[in-house]
Amino acid sequence: MLSVLTFLPLVGAVVVLLAPSDSLKRWLAFGATIATFVVSLLLLPGWQEIPDMQFVERYEWMPGSNIHYHLGVDGISLWLVLLTTLLMPIAVAFSNQHVKQNLGGFLALMLMMETAVLGVFLALDLVLFYVFWEFSLIPMAFLIGKWGSENRVYAAIKFFLYTLAGSALMLVAILALYFHGGTFDLLALQEAGLPPGLQQLAFLAFALAFAIKVPLFPFHTWLPDAHVEAPTAGSVILAGVLLKLGTYGFLRFALPLFPVAVSNYASLISVLAIVGILYGALVALAQRDLKSLVAYSSVAHMGFIVLGIFALNEQGISGAVLQMVNHGLSTGALFLMVGMLYERRHTRLMEDYGGLWASVPVFCFFFLVVAMSSAGLPGLNGFVGEFAILLGTYKSSPVFAVLGTSGVILAAWYLLHAFRQVAQGKLTNPANFKDKLPDLNWGEIGQLLPLVLLFFAIGLAPNFLLDKINPSVAALEVVQTPMVVEERYADHSSLPTFTSVNNPQTTVD
Amino acid sequence: MDTALLTENAVALLPEIVLSAGVMVLMIVDILRREQNGASSLAGLSIAILLLGIGASLFIWSRPPTEYMEGAVSDGFALSVRLVVLIAGVLGVLLSRNYLPAIERQGGAFYSLQLLAVIGMMLMGTATNLIVLFIALEIFSLALYILSGFYRESPRSIEAAMKYFLLGAFASTFFVYGAALLYGAGGSAHYARIHEALSAGAGNPSLVLPGIALLLVGFGFKVSLVPFHMWTPDVYQGAPTPVTAFMSVGTKAAAFAGFFRLMMTALPSYQSQWALPLAILAVLTMTVGNLTALRQSSVKRMLAYSSVAHAGYILIALVAGSASASSAALFYLFTYAFMNVGAFAVIIAFEKRGGNENDVEQSELAGIADSSPALAAAMAVFMLSLSGIPPLAGFFGKFMVFKAAVEAGWAWLVVVGVLNSAVSAYYYLRIVVAMYFQQAEEDGEAQKPGALPAARSPQFVVAVAAIAVVVIGLQPGLWVDLMRGLGQ
Repeated sequence: MLSVLTFLPLVGAVVVLLAPSDSLKRWLAFGATIATFVVSLLLLPGWQEIPDMQFVERYEWMPGSNIHYHLGVDGISLWLVLLTTLLMPIAVAFSNQHVKQNLGGFLALMLMMETAVLGVFLALDLVLFYVFWEFSLIPMAFLIGKWGSENRVYAAIKFFLYTLAGSALMLVAILALYFHGGTFDLLALQEAGLPPGLQQLAFLAFALAFAIKVPLFPFHTWLPDAHVEAPTAGSVILAGVLLKLGTYGFLRFALPLFPVAVSNYASLISVLAIVGILYGALVALAQRDLKSLVAYSSVAHMGFIVLGIFALNEQGISGAVLQMVNHGLSTGALFLMVGMLYERRHTRLMEDYGGLWASVPVFCFFFLVVAMSSAGLPGLNGFVGEFAILLGTYKSSPVFAVLGTSGVILAAWYLLHAFRQVAQGKLTNPANFKDKLPDLNWGEIGQLLPLVLLFFAIGLAPNFLLDKINPSVAALEVVQTPMVVEERYADHSSLPTFTSVNNPQTTVD
Repeated sequence: MDTALLTENAVALLPEIVLSAGVMVLMIVDILRREQNGASSLAGLSIAILLLGIGASLFIWSRPPTEYMEGAVSDGFALSVRLVVLIAGVLGVLLSRNYLPAIERQGGAFYSLQLLAVIGMMLMGTATNLIVLFIALEIFSLALYILSGFYRESPRSIEAAMKYFLLGAFASTFFVYGAALLYGAGGSAHYARIHEALSAGAGNPSLVLPGIALLLVGFGFKVSLVPFHMWTPDVYQGAPTPVTAFMSVGTKAAAFAGFFRLMMTALPSYQSQWALPLAILAVLTMTVGNLTALRQSSVKRMLAYSSVAHAGYILIALVAGSASASSAALFYLFTYAFMNVGAFAVIIAFEKRGGNENDVEQSELAGIADSSPALAAAMAVFMLSLSGIPPLAGFFGKFMVFKAAVEAGWAWLVVVGVLNSAVSAYYYLRIVVAMYFQQAEEDGEAQKPGALPAARSPQFVVAVAAIAVVVIGLQPGLWVDLMRGLGQ
């Protein structure tokens, strides 16, 4: 089942390349992504709310080296898989409308991308994970370099080399883990436990790769280039899914494998996350280009997720997982909307717009909802995740929580600022008049509507997601052991006690 | 001499015997058919002979290791070396098939020399005796000197042959001197005896380290380790491209195989002394190779420096010096055979010929993704594989070598290796960028692929190599097992 899910898009890519006409390619690509989405939905009926890996597949891949083709999904990866399979058909539908040049290649690369990303989310063998992880670079670099805007080649090379160099040391760490444990299997290594000295070094190597992917300040410099230069569908996938690979890596590999190192470095990484939140938000505030604004907002939002993860408690981590999904949905939607605007007017500068509410009300309505979701308005999805993250952070360090909260305020500021500049005010520029600027068509509404409905659904009933996320998060070792940070605040009786610390829980096998 | 001794265990050398007989047949056929201009049928015959050689290797595949007259052994390692060399040979001949008519040269001598080189290279993997090792080295080296200068109209080709010959002969003298010292140290030319004598405390141990050092110069020259790599870019660029493709893989496989066996069967007790100097050489080779490759504008020179860097990666396996490391090195060379020959095959499709040119500049590859999408896609596969991006074959080659090195406790060397690998991605990527992200200049003349008459062979080799690189990458386990290490 998971193999079908992972490789269905790749099969689609081959079929798309072979298809004779562009219109057939469009339908095939869209059909492949929808089919993948349907397959991924089939995970839900059989889902058990347990911490263990489910739908596991395990075959020998390189028997001589004890490397397995090992896939599985748990509460942490489930929603990320669904996020990927949902965003893909939307991104493909958008591209079908707008990509003119070499459509077949574009769609095939998108589908290859999907296989790579799903592989990362599902792989339970370190080598298999590394293969998918690195493979995901190729299609993305091509998408940026071939179909991006003016500065695309520079952005593509920077993206590729930056992330490639970042993960080089991770390979050494993987080999070192194998040297110690005799296996590349994540679950087996997790069970065996690693000596603290190895944990420190291996964590640093893994963390570098993940921090670049997230991107965590100060490793974020590739992101604005890549996001701004990428074609719209590329940006949607880059922001919506690819950045999650980094935070997912922290959750899936760093936390379970290196609990000692993680608690040692938690404060440092939290500080970097907070710097990222504030820096990203402030830079976003200063942008004139709408796409750059969204790109920098990603730096801030991803900082939030990292902050939640390194709170190292159940609320923080569950909130982070939820927020990964939320950020994928809302930033994906933001990039889509910027793309829709750009396709009409071929400018992304906010000062070229203004007063659009008068000419394109439907667009502005959606833009408002999406911006509010991104800003974390209560009732919408962003709020739930941010709230849980801040709650978790507060429990481990109130100071971090206060600083993080200021990021929420800044987010509301720059998003409302963007909305005001684009939608409100007087409609002065004749190019934006109603007869020149068509409103959203049904196809575009169809792309946005599923996302917007999910904003509300998650915002109002987050437990549907959290019930599946929580068991896996609660089973993480770092959540169960008392942490250095908590001990520091142990004498403050006014702080809420952290229940699951005292509750002995079963470990994952 | 007793004839029984001559034939006993001769089956151990069956592939070499088959090929030697084949070379003679080839030369006779060449003379008989000279009037009829049968160059392409000679290519067919050469390929048939090479395939027979592969068949012979497979025929003795499952036999227990047998040694022939204390000179050559046919064990798993030797068989795997043969396979790599024979594959490189087949691909090389296929590439030459249309190339020779294009440079207006006769095929007979060319193919005979190529097959002779293959024989020498295969012998390198089997040799268990310093004399046999030296003879094997000279057989393939002399053949390659001539082959490098085969494009007589190109001064660069002549220069390449001259340079390669003079420097190569110089390196060979170091090699002989080293072999002599080792003979003095161990009292025998046979590896196992040297090892016995040295570990029993007999012989003259003070000669061992100077002997290793001198042998290292000879080997280092052949596989282009820094600082013995100076000839590499000039020869790679000047030699006819099919020769470059063939020798870049074959020489490396042969010399590394010979080096491996010598160090690991004759001198294992000195490993603690030779490992660190080799590690330093590996660091130098990778770093200098990659950094210099960054600055090349000619694709052939870029690949030459890249091959220097790859020699450095493979040397890591020798530093590790374990049985699994020797099989990892062979697996690396196995993957390298496909990706590197494939890359040169793409160059053949685009290079200009005539006058002083048998090369292609990176800028000339601009926009070929639009004019010849299949060749560009294959080139992209080769470049990404050479830089070690999964899931392509090159990644697993590096992976196995690095894994063996970590197991042997050389983690710091692996760190240097992966960082180098990340650096190398930049110049490989530049080719991809040129092909896909840049527009062709509209002078209409440089971009035409296939200056070759009916250029089917490069396309065929490109296709085979590209498919192999992808298939090995997706299912590496099978091929890793095929490459057997020393004592496995």
